[in-house]
Amino acid sequence: MTTDSDLQSTAPTEPVPITSRAESVSSPGLGPGLHSAAGGSLLLEQPPRPSVPRPKRLPSPIRPSDIGGPDVVVLVAAALSSFCLVWVVFYQLTLLSGIFGFLVCWYALFLTLVWVGTAQLVERQAATDRVVAVVVVTAAALIVGIVVFIVVWVAAKALPTMHWGALFTKDQKNFQVAQTDALAHVGILHAIVGSLEQVLLATVLGVPLAVATAIFLNEVGGRGVRLVRTVVTAMSGTPSVVAGIFIYSMLILTHVLPYSGFAASLALIVILLPSVTRVVEEVLRIVPSGLREASLALGAPQWRTVWSVVLPTARSGVVTAVLLGVARIVGETAPLLFTAFGSQVLNANPFVHDQGALPLVIWSDVRQAQPVLIDLAFQAAFVLMSIVLVLFVAARIFGRTKGKKGKATARRPADDVLPRMFVPVPMEGDPGR
Amino acid sequence: MSLALGRRTGASRRAMPETSRAGEIEAQGVCAWFSGRLVLELVDLDMQRSKVTALIGPSGCGKSTFLRILNRMHEVVPGAQLAGSVKLDGLDIYGPGQRAVDTRRHIGMVFQKPNPFPAMTIADNVLSGLRFSRMSPANRDDLVEEMLSKAGLWNEVKDRLGELGGALSGGQQQRLCIARALAVRPRVLLMDEPCSALDPTSTLRIERTIKEIAHEVTVVIVTHNMQQAQRVSDHCAFFLAEENLPGRVVESGTTTQIFGDPVDARTADYVHGHFG
Repeated sequence: MTTDSDLQSTAPTEPVPITSRAESVSSPGLGPGLHSAAGGSLLLEQPPRPSVPRPKRLPSPIRPSDIGGPDVVVLVAAALSSFCLVWVVFYQLTLLSGIFGFLVCWYALFLTLVWVGTAQLVERQAATDRVVAVVVVTAAALIVGIVVFIVVWVAAKALPTMHWGALFTKDQKNFQVAQTDALAHVGILHAIVGSLEQVLLATVLGVPLAVATAIFLNEVGGRGVRLVRTVVTAMSGTPSVVAGIFIYSMLILTHVLPYSGFAASLALIVILLPSVTRVVEEVLRIVPSGLREASLALGAPQWRTVWSVVLPTARSGVVTAVLLGVARIVGETAPLLFTAFGSQVLNANPFVHDQGALPLVIWSDVRQAQPVLIDLAFQAAFVLMSIVLVLFVAARIFGRTKGKKGKATARRPADDVLPRMFVPVPMEGDPGR
Repeated sequence: MSLALGRRTGASRRAMPETSRAGEIEAQGVCAWFSGRLVLELVDLDMQRSKVTALIGPSGCGKSTFLRILNRMHEVVPGAQLAGSVKLDGLDIYGPGQRAVDTRRHIGMVFQKPNPFPAMTIADNVLSGLRFSRMSPANRDDLVEEMLSKAGLWNEVKDRLGELGGALSGGQQQRLCIARALAVRPRVLLMDEPCSALDPTSTLRIERTIKEIAHEVTVVIVTHNMQQAQRVSDHCAFFLAEENLPGRVVESGTTTQIFGDPVDARTADYVHGHFG
C-alpha cells in the first residue's frame, strides 16, 4: 500500500498531468523504460513513479449505503412480519385502537426483528450497529418526510388557484364576497411589503445589538457576563405572544407609538435578539484563542482584534446565525397581532398606521368562510415559505468562506482522474517534500 | 514617559540603520502569580542586544510565563498577577503610562502553535500587524517580499500570496507567523517553543531563519530541545521549579558555558539529560 508520504517524496516540483496508460503506450515519444514494471495504470511524463492503487472506500458498519443484499431482505421481512403481527395483536386480539399506538408498536417490533434477523447474519455487536443505523436513518427520513409533506401540501393547496399577476400587485381592499373570479382582484402585496419592512427594520436594529451582545459575552467578559447570559437565555424562552403584549402595553397603550410596522419590528427584535446572540456567541467561542493572542501580540488593541481577526474568522457562522434568525422572525405571527395589527390595504410607511404582514394574512384569512380567502391564505403561506427558502439558500451561499484567489486547484490538471485528496500537491522548493 | 513610538511609515523606518533597531531587555525581580499561586520567583535576566537567548528547563517551570511577561501577554490571562520590572532599552514596560499595545509592537511574539489568520491571505497576514497599528507601508509588495524572504518563505509562496493563510503546511505557517511578527519591525522577538509542532526539516529551516534575523532583532526563545538551544542561542538561562516551589532561574550564562561547564549540578544534570 502506497502511503501519502511515499507519494510526496516522489512528487515532482511541478504538477504533471496524469495520463492514462492507453494514451502513453500509443504516444511514440516515450521509451519503454518509462513504463511501470508492474503494469500500473498511471504513467507520468517525467520521472517514473510507482503505480498508485485506486482509492477504495473503506467499509463502515453503519453507513446506510453499505446495507445491501441480505440486509434488505431482513429489513423488508422484519417490516412486513412486524406489521402483520402488530395488526393481529392490536386490532384483533386486544381492544387497543388508535393509529399512533399502532405505529409505535409496529416500529418497536420492527427494530426487534431487524436485530434478531441481522444477528443471524453477523455477530451480535454488528447487529446492534445495524439497528442503531436503522433508527438513525428512519429518524432522518421522518424529519425530511414531514418537511417535504408540509411544503408539498401547501404548494398543492396554493398553486392551482394562484393568480400570479394579482397576487403580487393587489391588496385585499377590493375583495367582494359574490365575485366569480375574486382571486384576480385580490392579492397580498400589502402583506409582502409589510413583512419585508418589518423584518428589515428588526434585522437592521436587532442584529448589531445581538452581535455586540455576543461580543460582550465572549470577548469582553467581566462581571456582567453570567447575568447577561442568564437574561438572554430566559429571553429566548419568552413566548412570542408575550413579546407582542410587551410592546403593546409599553409603547402602544401609552401612545408612544401608534399601531405600526415599526412597533411590530420592535416586538420581533425581542424574538430575534436572544436566538442570534446565543448562536453568534457559540460561533465566536470556536474561534481559536491562539488567533486572538497572535493579534494582541502584534500590538492590536482588543477592538481591532475582534473586528479584524475574530469576526472575519467566524464570518460564515455569524452570517448563518443572522439569516437563520431572520428566517425565524419572518414567520412570527403572535408579536404582530397587537403591534402591526394587520390591514387589508397597502401601507408602505412602517411608522404610521396599521400594516399587513404575511403571517397575519394567513392567520386571519384561513379562518374565514369564503373559499377565496382560504385560498389566499395558502398562497400567502406559500410565498412565506419561499422567502424562508431563499433565506436558507442565501445563508448557505453567503455563509461560505470567501473564495480563494489563485487556488491550488487551478494549477491541477483538468483531467484529474483521482479524487483530490490522493493527488499530492507539490510545494515548490520546500526541502521537506 | 513614552517609548518614543511615533507612527513612522514603513519607508522612514526602513531608512533607519538596521543595527539600531535590536533592543535589550532587562528583567529584574520578576515574580508571577496565577490566581494567587506564585509560579515564578525573582527572576533577574538580561537579554542582550542582537543576541539569541534560550530559556530552557522542564515543563511547568515558568519559562513561557516569563516570556509572556516580557511583552505584557501575561496580563491577558485572567487571574494573572506580576511583580518586578522589565526594561526595554532602559524603559520599564510596566511603568506608569506605558500601554501594552505599544510594548507589543516593539516586542513581537511567535507562538508554539502556528496561528496565521485563516480569514486573511498570505500577503494580508504579513501586513496584518501594520494594519492593526494603522501604519501603511510605502510599498506593500516590497515589504511582503522582504519579510517573507527574511522568514525563508518567499520562494515557496511567491506565486500564491493571494491564498488564505491556512492553506500552507505547518512549517510554512510558522514561518508566515515569523514574517508577520517581523513586519512591524520589532526590536525583540519572543519565540515560545516555535518548533515543537514541526518536523525536523521545518525546525532546521526555522533555526536558520532565527540565526539570519538575530543581527537586527534580539531573539528570546523558549525550547525543550537541548540541541536546538545549543544550535541557535548565544546565551542560555536554565529555569527550574522544584517540587511545590515556584520556578526560578538556576543558572544563566553563555550557551558554551551552560552546556560545557555548568556551575550548578542541576543544570549539568538537565543539559546532559540526567534529569529527573
